[in-house]
Amino acid sequence: MGERLEQTPRVTDSGRNIAGRGKPRPAFALWGLLSAPLAWLLVVYVGSLALLVVSAFFSLDDFTGKPTTDLTTGNISEAFTQGEYVSLVGRSIGVAVAATLLCFALAMPTAFYIARLASRRTRRALIVALILPLWTGYLVKAFALRAVLAPGSDYGDGGFMSGLVGWSPGFGYVAVTLTLAYLWFPYMLLPIYAGLERLPNSMLDASADLGAGSLRTFRLVMLPLLLPSIAAGSIFTFSLSLGDYITVKIVGGTAQMIGNIIERALLAPNQPLAAAFTLWPMLIMVAYLAVMGRAGAFKNL
Amino acid sequence: MQLSPLARLMLRLVTYAVLGVVYLPLALIFVLSFNSAKSIAWPPVGFSTRWWEGFLDVESAREALFSSARLAFVAMIIAIVLGSMLAFALQRYEFYGKNVISFLAVLPIALPGIVTGVALRNTFVRFGWDLGFLSVVAGHATFCIVVAHNNVIARLRRIAPNLREASADLGATPFQTFRLVTWPLIRSAVLAGGILAFALSFDEVVVTTFTAGAGVQTLPQWILNNFSRPNVLPYVTVMATLVMLVSLPIAWLAQRLGDSNPG
Repeated sequence: MGERLEQTPRVTDSGRNIAGRGKPRPAFALWGLLSAPLAWLLVVYVGSLALLVVSAFFSLDDFTGKPTTDLTTGNISEAFTQGEYVSLVGRSIGVAVAATLLCFALAMPTAFYIARLASRRTRRALIVALILPLWTGYLVKAFALRAVLAPGSDYGDGGFMSGLVGWSPGFGYVAVTLTLAYLWFPYMLLPIYAGLERLPNSMLDASADLGAGSLRTFRLVMLPLLLPSIAAGSIFTFSLSLGDYITVKIVGGTAQMIGNIIERALLAPNQPLAAAFTLWPMLIMVAYLAVMGRAGAFKNL
Repeated sequence: MQLSPLARLMLRLVTYAVLGVVYLPLALIFVLSFNSAKSIAWPPVGFSTRWWEGFLDVESAREALFSSARLAFVAMIIAIVLGSMLAFALQRYEFYGKNVISFLAVLPIALPGIVTGVALRNTFVRFGWDLGFLSVVAGHATFCIVVAHNNVIARLRRIAPNLREASADLGATPFQTFRLVTWPLIRSAVLAGGILAFALSFDEVVVTTFTAGAGVQTLPQWILNNFSRPNVLPYVTVMATLVMLVSLPIAWLAQRLGDSNPG
């Protein structure tokens, strides 16, 4: 992750070809290197994902309560047609979109200041300071926001906000959105910052010479060039928010998201129904990745 | 781009406000761990170090701390080995299906943790493998590989290929070139990737919840299980502070190592 910060010029593939050597062709060494990690990712990871899709069609044995391989579409239709679940999925998407937009709204000016206006020395210090909390622990941060957002009561047991300014959004969807944005902010900041560093000055100068104001330059020159970076950042903020269920437990009060019904089905235990629910975030993410891929996000992941 | 002094000032203010908002909750937890009351309410009642003195006596907390460290260490080793191999394969060779594998290499962190967790649990249960230390290691290693891979491949891309060619021209075997040329150049990136993988595993809670059986409790799980118990709550602030105090300098070190110029 930190590697993206460095500005040293990279040796490109074309540079290599000038040297008269393409990359070596597949060889014994390649398969030696690739076999173990690929086996892990394909067998353990992709295999599990595939099995998960299949087991969404399994049914529960009436007697033992365990999944059997008798196929049924009952779980899928329960997860995908019941109004209660569909609206819950809708709310989860709403929270994920809101958290992503909030991250973008804060990351854009911050990244711009750091990449374009700050002095060289403060630039490094600022970007490192903003990225470090990424590694301080998800739960630590969610718990910290609980201490900030806890609603006050007559007993004076409110959190930092209500103790200091006498008001807080309390526990619920707003608190969940704020906490998720807080948690995933660095994932949006980093790609936008990297994109801004790559942006040639000449483009912005040309835009100004042609008479565009700074807002217009932002909208018509900078934003389109940054789109792949923004898309890359949004994949993380959106995906991580969409599947979250722990933040909801900590600051959500009575709020519920997709993750919570997946967990509930698993603990029931109804493995096939949980698998069917899990198809929701999988499908939403596949669609999201497809759209963001068109925006050029994968070059920036 | 010409910006008015006012616009510059605004951007500067936003940046430092964001910085403040990022660190305020963390500072708050630190302060609250010295609160003499059993609550996270603001303002704190008084100063006390009794939670800090007592937390190691809480046996479940101590065990959770050690089990997290053990788990993160094993996941880190697997991630370093497999992630580096993957990075070498993807950086040095052209082959059919390379794009698919590159995509596969980011998938474990691009998909929500709950998908990974539920999928792995489902597989382990179906094949009758016990949920325990090993299943959690497998879950953690899956996303830790990505971090190690990212760090190593970024460094490999920055190493000029003619160094290896020069080494070969001077008669070094591929193994000698690796040991004497490539390894010294990538060492710090491998270490940085490993440290970040360790930190990621140490913090992880979703995949852990689904792949751990009854016998394994990691530190984040301990925090999750206890934040709503009034009697244990003060120790949760101590543990959270401890995680912060350990992980912040480690992450800072990893950042320094990852950015250091090769050679």
